[in-house]
Amino acid sequence: MSNSILDEQIASHQTAGSKHFTPFEITKGIEKEADRRIQHFPPDRKRSAVLPLLHIVQAEFGFISPEAIEWVAQKLEIEPIKVEEVVTFYPGLRQHAPGKFHIRVCRTLSCAMGGSYELMDKICALAGIDRTEASHQNPIAVSPCGTWSVEFAECLASCGTAPVCLVNNDFHEGISAERAAGLLAHYE
Amino acid sequence: MAKVTYLKGKEPHPREMRLIFRNIDRKGWDPSIKKYLADGGYKDLKKAFKMKPEEITDEVKKSGLRGRGGAGFPTGVKWGFIPPNNQKPVYLICNGDESEPGTFKDRYIVHQDPHQLLEGMVISCFAVGARVAYIYLREEFPEAAWIVEEAIAEAKKAGFLGKNILGTKFDCEFHVHRGAGAYICGEETGLIESLEGKRPYPRIKPPYFPAAMGLYMCPTIVNNVETLCHVKHIIGMGGENYARIGTPRNTGTRILCVSGDVQRPGYYEIEVGKMTMGELLNDVCGGPLEGRKFKAVIPGGSSAKVLRCTDKFNVASLPETEAREIDFVEIPLDFDTLAACGSMAGSGGVIVMDDSRKMSWVLNNINEFYAHESCGQCTPCREGSTWMKKITDRLVAGKATPADLETLKSIAYQIDGRTICAFGEACAWPVESMVDKFRDELLAETSEQNEEAPHNPEQAAQQRYLSSV
Repeated sequence: MSNSILDEQIASHQTAGSKHFTPFEITKGIEKEADRRIQHFPPDRKRSAVLPLLHIVQAEFGFISPEAIEWVAQKLEIEPIKVEEVVTFYPGLRQHAPGKFHIRVCRTLSCAMGGSYELMDKICALAGIDRTEASHQNPIAVSPCGTWSVEFAECLASCGTAPVCLVNNDFHEGISAERAAGLLAHYE
Repeated sequence: MAKVTYLKGKEPHPREMRLIFRNIDRKGWDPSIKKYLADGGYKDLKKAFKMKPEEITDEVKKSGLRGRGGAGFPTGVKWGFIPPNNQKPVYLICNGDESEPGTFKDRYIVHQDPHQLLEGMVISCFAVGARVAYIYLREEFPEAAWIVEEAIAEAKKAGFLGKNILGTKFDCEFHVHRGAGAYICGEETGLIESLEGKRPYPRIKPPYFPAAMGLYMCPTIVNNVETLCHVKHIIGMGGENYARIGTPRNTGTRILCVSGDVQRPGYYEIEVGKMTMGELLNDVCGGPLEGRKFKAVIPGGSSAKVLRCTDKFNVASLPETEAREIDFVEIPLDFDTLAACGSMAGSGGVIVMDDSRKMSWVLNNINEFYAHESCGQCTPCREGSTWMKKITDRLVAGKATPADLETLKSIAYQIDGRTICAFGEACAWPVESMVDKFRDELLAETSEQNEEAPHNPEQAAQQRYLSSV
């Protein structure tokens, strides 16, 4: 059965952040938005909408579950593996739940010179996150309470205001380690 | 037009010439069409519609505009590559993936002045005959995606987009497409694959030049955000007038993004070639930090070869230049001189390092970026970028040997020129240039004794066993 192979490859595991997200379920609103996105492409090129659809799923449910991959594949009339290969390629697509607030700290040269590694250490200390569990395959570390998660991002394109980070969809610049506590307090 | 004033502390430097960034940090400005129209917006579009498409391409050719995304290829020439008698639909793609480390110019355009981009794009679509255009924005700009989508809706409502634009019978639709955090999507053929819903593995050129075989194998023009904005101004002032800005073969303005160890990092729009490296770093950016000296500069995004601030550069290869040597601070900031100096103007991202920085650490940071971002399609790049990262990991940990530097360079040379896309060069050039120019510094961090040391626990165990028997 093709599904079992897929399940093994992409099984999403529970994280402390899982409780902040609702289980995957397609609503009329999501269906409508997905159809609107698909119409941006020629009718025989539906596959092009794979990223837009995955973005809808991730924005709504926090990460991309195996069921979501099946749904996207069905919508676009392609094999699930073709969705999966996209999900596993892009660093911006997640297969496990992050925290309620997902913090992406830029680690590339200008931000690193500006102290982004120190910022990351400070955020982890404040949020009680153990980043040693993070790896290349699973770059996100979630706090035990599930409120916070962190990830190093490659260049967020604001090198002139280093160090910078994204908290969910909010961009923050000039966040030195000293400002980490204020940043977390803003969301808590 | 109204006098432009800027937010306090964000005023342009007097040496700047604000064309593209005219409205960035402008007082009382917002990204709405209302502000844009009140400022004379979409006038150039009306002017363009009175011209023939070929005339627009001619103006762009005359302007000498070179792509601002990194390669510096003449935009008008690129447009001219669409096969004559083409029967397929033509696509325009705006490359807003802005992912080269050190570059942060497009961010401000898409967030603060989206209508300038849209106007440039409608003109470009009309010129190349594209009825559909995609704006590929990097996923890390979520806010920008909403702003640009809103701007598209406003422009449609006002009749500058959609069906029968301004009564010309020209139809054109724009769609925003968000990436998902992959650097390789900034490469035009990788971007096209991504837009087709696949893994963004770049296509080999030839034969897959996008202008002939691009999106869905149809002719496709991929231009950078800043480049498309320039098109609007070229039509506004005329190609010949535009070509008077800047210097011959390096025309117009361009936005330089300065980051790292300077007093005033930020974005500065200058006439291409009319400012030197010294003027930029010392006058405009306020010089090095207190008590520090400039050590090295990466002039065009992290994949450009590093320049040593104490070096002299031979620019004899430039046309109309007498054989001579210039100091680092005398380098004019244009495409050709930076190439003659052995680096490139690239995407305009200037990263400055002062004497407090260890080059091994800098190189390791860059290597980590490229090891992470290699798409994995070509073996030399996929394996090599990771090997180079592993070696510089050893270097910063004090566990490298002198021979490691040679290994580093040999890996870089085996990637350079042996991959499908320019990522190979992008990851090899920093290594080649750093090892060449900072050899003594890097060598001092290595030790012959490390040659004896095991590199991993398995080897260590083996060595212990062998010495015991």
